[in-house]
Amino acid sequence: MFDNLKILYHQGKQFIPNVKTVEVPGIFRGRPVISNAKVDEQALKAVCPLGAIDVNPVRLNLGKCNFCGECAFKFQSKIEFTKDYKISSNKPEGLIVTEGEDKPIILDESLIRPEIRKLFSGSLKLRQVSAAGDNSCELELNASGNVQFDMGRFGIEFVASPRHADGVVITGPISQNMAAALQITYDAIPEPKIIILAGVDAISGGIFANSPALDRSFIDRYKPDLYIPGNPVHPLTFINGVLCLLGK
Amino acid sequence: MNYNVAIRNNQSIPLKDIPEQSYHTFLESNISLLKDRDDRHCVNYFGYGIGESVKLFCCIADDSMHLIYVSSCIVNKGATLNSFAKHNFAFEKFEREINENFGVKYTDHPWFKPVRYAHNRIEKSKVMDNYPFYGVESEELHEVGVGPVHAGVIEPGHFRFICNGEQIMHLEIQLGYQHRGIEQLFLQKKSLIERTILAESIAGDTTVGHTTAFANLWESLSDYQADKDLQFTRTLALELERIAIHTGDLSALCTDIAYQLGSSVFGRLRTPIINYMQEWCGNRLAKSLIRVGKTNFPYTEYHANRLNEVFAAYEPDFNEMITKLFKLPSALSRFERTGVVTHEEVKLIGTVGMAARMSGLNRDIRLSHPHNLYSTINHEPIIKNHGDVYSRTQIRKEEVKQSIGYVKTLINDIPTFTSISEPELTPKPEMFALSLVEGWRGEICHCAITNAKGELALYKIKDPSFHNWLALAQSVRNNEISDFPICNKSFNLSYCGHDL
Repeated sequence: MFDNLKILYHQGKQFIPNVKTVEVPGIFRGRPVISNAKVDEQALKAVCPLGAIDVNPVRLNLGKCNFCGECAFKFQSKIEFTKDYKISSNKPEGLIVTEGEDKPIILDESLIRPEIRKLFSGSLKLRQVSAAGDNSCELELNASGNVQFDMGRFGIEFVASPRHADGVVITGPISQNMAAALQITYDAIPEPKIIILAGVDAISGGIFANSPALDRSFIDRYKPDLYIPGNPVHPLTFINGVLCLLGK
Repeated sequence: MNYNVAIRNNQSIPLKDIPEQSYHTFLESNISLLKDRDDRHCVNYFGYGIGESVKLFCCIADDSMHLIYVSSCIVNKGATLNSFAKHNFAFEKFEREINENFGVKYTDHPWFKPVRYAHNRIEKSKVMDNYPFYGVESEELHEVGVGPVHAGVIEPGHFRFICNGEQIMHLEIQLGYQHRGIEQLFLQKKSLIERTILAESIAGDTTVGHTTAFANLWESLSDYQADKDLQFTRTLALELERIAIHTGDLSALCTDIAYQLGSSVFGRLRTPIINYMQEWCGNRLAKSLIRVGKTNFPYTEYHANRLNEVFAAYEPDFNEMITKLFKLPSALSRFERTGVVTHEEVKLIGTVGMAARMSGLNRDIRLSHPHNLYSTINHEPIIKNHGDVYSRTQIRKEEVKQSIGYVKTLINDIPTFTSISEPELTPKPEMFALSLVEGWRGEICHCAITNAKGELALYKIKDPSFHNWLALAQSVRNNEISDFPICNKSFNLSYCGHDL
C-alpha cells in the first residue's frame, strides 16, 4: 500500500497540460517552410526519395513526405522543417506546402460533414486497422492514449470492436492480403462513420507506393475525412488533427 | 573437398568462392554440421532464382568460432527434394519459403504450409482464405479464431486455437497480411536513400536494428570501412532502442495482467527514452538516424550530458517499479510457469534472441558475431532457464539495466564525427554479403547478391520473428486461453518483419 503511494508520488505530474501549445523537445521535423532562395530545382526534386517535391513553384507534399530531412540537409537555404506538429488536413491539397508561404496547415471547414461534429465532438471511438503498417504508427497511436498525451481526456479512444466504433484509423500502405479484412472492418462500423489515414504509408503508400503487393482500392472507394502526415505520426499531430476535425 | 566457405559477420566474398554441391551432399554436409552442436544454427537458407533453376544458399553460424559457413546448390524450380527439416526441424520455415517462392516440393517435410502468401508466389491459387489449418474431429473440442484485426492497436495476424474447454490444445498462426513485397522493392528502387528508407520500414519498432544490418552490409559490399563515429552511432542507437522497447514491453505485460500501476509507469518511462531519440535525430523511433557511410546527426558532449540527465531521472523510477512488480504475488502468479517453452523445444525450433535466452540457449550476436563496437564491449548475455513468461520478463528487466551500463560506457568516449558527407559507394560485382545484427528481439540477418554489373540481384531479409513465431504457438499449449495475451506480449514478435 505505502509502496504504491510512494511510486505514485514519485511519478509527479506526467500529463501534458495543453496538447495544443506544448513544445516538443529537440529537433522535431514538423511543418516545413520553403524559402524563395534560388536553388537548382531539378536537383532539389531529385533528392527526395519519395517524390514529394514538385517544382515551379517548389512544393512539398506532406502526404508523400517521409520527414527524413534529406532535402533540408542538402538545401539548407531552401527548406527548413519547423517544430510545428499541427500538419493534418482534410483534403489532399491541404497537405501541399508551397515556397514563400509560412502559414499554418488548417482544415477546410466547408468539407467537414455536419454530423461529425454534431455526433462525435463529445466522444469519438475509433477502430484502428493496421493494413501492412510497419508498427511505428501503431506505437505512436498507442502512445496518444498514454498518461502523458492522454487523448482520453477529450473523449477520444481506440476500441476493440468496430461495432463500438465511430470510425476507422488506417495505418500502412494497405496490402492485398489485408484489403478484405479492412473492408470487413469498415463495413462493420455503424453509420455515420469517419475515415482517418495516419502516416505517409496510408496516405500515399509512402516508400511502398508502387509495390505490386498493395491493393489501395479502398482509398478510391471512400473519401477519407482526415489525413495525418508523418512517418510515424507524432501523438501530438494525431491528437491535434482529430481535435480540429471535431472542432474542439 | 570443401563443402562450404567460412566467412565472418559483415564479410563480402565473390560468389564463385561459395562451393556448389549436389543436393545430396548439400543436405548431408549442412545437417552434419549442425548435429549435436548447440553453438551452431542456420541464420539464413534461401533461394536465388536464375532462369528455370534456383540456387539455394545455406548459411550456418558457428558461435564458438565466430564464423558463418556458406554453401550452395543448384536445383530446378519445381524440383521434388528430400527436406532438411526432417533431420533438423529449424529448417521448416526456410523450406516452406523456398517452396512458396520457387515451387520446390519436399517429399518428407513435417509441416508443409504456406508462409506469407507473397505477391510473387508460384501458386496463385493458394490464397489467404484457404490456409490449410490443422483440424481435429471431435465433439468435445472447439476452435477459436482471432484476427487478423486484433483488439488493440497492433498489427494483423490470424490465430486459430483448438481448445478443450478453457485449455489450449493447439495454436496455429497464419501470417502474411502485412506483406508489402519489400525484398522485391529493394531491387526495384535504385537509389541508396530509397533502399535505406525501405530498411527503416521493414519493422518500424526495430528501425535501428534493420537499418544497421542494411548499412553494415552495404558498406561491406562496397568495400568501405565505416569510421568509428558511425560504429558508435549504430551501437549506441541499438542499445537505446533495446531500452525503449523493453520498457514498453514491461508496460504491455502489466496491462495484460490488469496491473494498472505498472502499465502506466513503464508506459510513461518509455517516453523519455524515445523523446531522447527525437532530440538526437528528430524522430522518436530513430527513423533517419542510421545512414550508409554517413550520419546527419553528429553526437556531441551536449547529447551525452542530456542522456545522463535522462537516465538520472529514469533509473530510480524504473528500479522502484520493477522491484515492486517482482515482489507482487498477484503478478508473479500470472508470470511463473505460464507459457513455457523448454530448452529441448527452443533448440528444436531454433529460436533466437530473447526467445532462446529465456530457456538456456545462449544466442546473442553481440557476443558470438560482434558487429560495430560490440567487440569492445565485454558483453555477457542474460540467460534464464525456465522458458516462461517470468523468464522473458526477467530478461527485459536485466537487459534494460545492462544496456544502460553499456550506453554510459559508450558515451564516456565519444569519437570525433567526420562522416558527415555521403561517400561514393559502388557495390562490387558478383559478390555475396551477409550481415548479422542483434536487435532487441534477437538476431537479424540480411544477405545480398550482386550481378556482373554490380547491381543488386537479390536482397534477403530475416527478422528474428521468422524463427520465433513457432515458439509462441508452442508456449500456449496446455495453458488457459485467457493466458494467451500475456504469452503473446512476452514474446512481442513482429508481423511486418515476418511478412516483409
